[in-house]
Amino acid sequence: MESGAIIDVLSRTVPASGLEAVQAADGMPTIYVALDQLVQTCRALRDTAELRFAFLADLLPVDYYPREPRFEIVYLLASLGTAGFGDTPKRLRVKVRVPGTHPTAPSVSGVWPAASWSEREAYDLFGIHFTDHPDLRRILLPDDWEGYPLRKDYPVQIKQPVKTYEPLQVSQEQFVANIEATRARARND
Amino acid sequence: MGDNDNDVPVLLTTVDKMVNWARRSSIWPVTFGLACCAIEMMAMSASRYDIARFGAEVFRGSPRQSDLMIVAGRLSRKMAPVLRRIYDQMPEPKYVISMGACASVGGVFDNYAIVQGVDQVVPVDVFVPGCPPRPESLIYGIVQLQKKIDKSKVFT
Repeated sequence: MESGAIIDVLSRTVPASGLEAVQAADGMPTIYVALDQLVQTCRALRDTAELRFAFLADLLPVDYYPREPRFEIVYLLASLGTAGFGDTPKRLRVKVRVPGTHPTAPSVSGVWPAASWSEREAYDLFGIHFTDHPDLRRILLPDDWEGYPLRKDYPVQIKQPVKTYEPLQVSQEQFVANIEATRARARND
Repeated sequence: MGDNDNDVPVLLTTVDKMVNWARRSSIWPVTFGLACCAIEMMAMSASRYDIARFGAEVFRGSPRQSDLMIVAGRLSRKMAPVLRRIYDQMPEPKYVISMGACASVGGVFDNYAIVQGVDQVVPVDVFVPGCPPRPESLIYGIVQLQKKIDKSKVFT
């Protein structure tokens, strides 16, 4: 199924103005989706009978600094081609463009729960905020990290003093309080 | 001790030498591998290189029973407090071998995430160079550590 055919099917349920087919160098079907209709389109991709992209394989941001819009988020989808999951196995690459100043995208973790941790990783390393994410906080770096290391303008060889002590979390209250603090940090920056 | 029945069956030495001999002859490392260097560390403890010849083959699962920490691999900044905690949990006397380029100076990972030398976190006794060091190199490092222990003063 080519990207044009996928857009034809999609345009029955979502406005076609926000969809754009592109010719990818590797021949994989690729579409650009407008940021404001991302969740709607993803839900249509998952639920439309001919498509059934039930599987989100990966989600990754790309930093095109200094271009504007600076970021793109790439969603790699698969339709498995088994009973109830599409007629034929298909793959699709969905891209959205995200502006560079306070980058924010809607979370698709409501469509595919697998997106949840990938979006946390995207926030952790690229600083892209996801609205309506159930638990947006850092996932790989230490909770008190400053900056987003995979951005092109991050000083990669920065040398900071090494933290050698971290208090043990001995009680449930402390554990919950620490998680709440990291969530608040993600909301505020 | 000779054939003569009048000889007394004793050996004379100093307490320092006795204690140091005991310490250096059973340096038990803590089971703690961070990256690919740990594979060489395992090879060192396995039958082909057989660190049992030097009395250091018993990798302990608990820091409470260990004498030696072999920092085998790159230490990330997130791991640094954990490494320090394990070191703090080891009973005295304790020793640290920094194994390989990454643990010693950061190696190829000259970036924000990796500690540029574990001597910023724990005191290091022996640095073993290499990327990764061969098991022979690490055995040499342990022998160097044994020499160092031999020279230490227990009662001053």
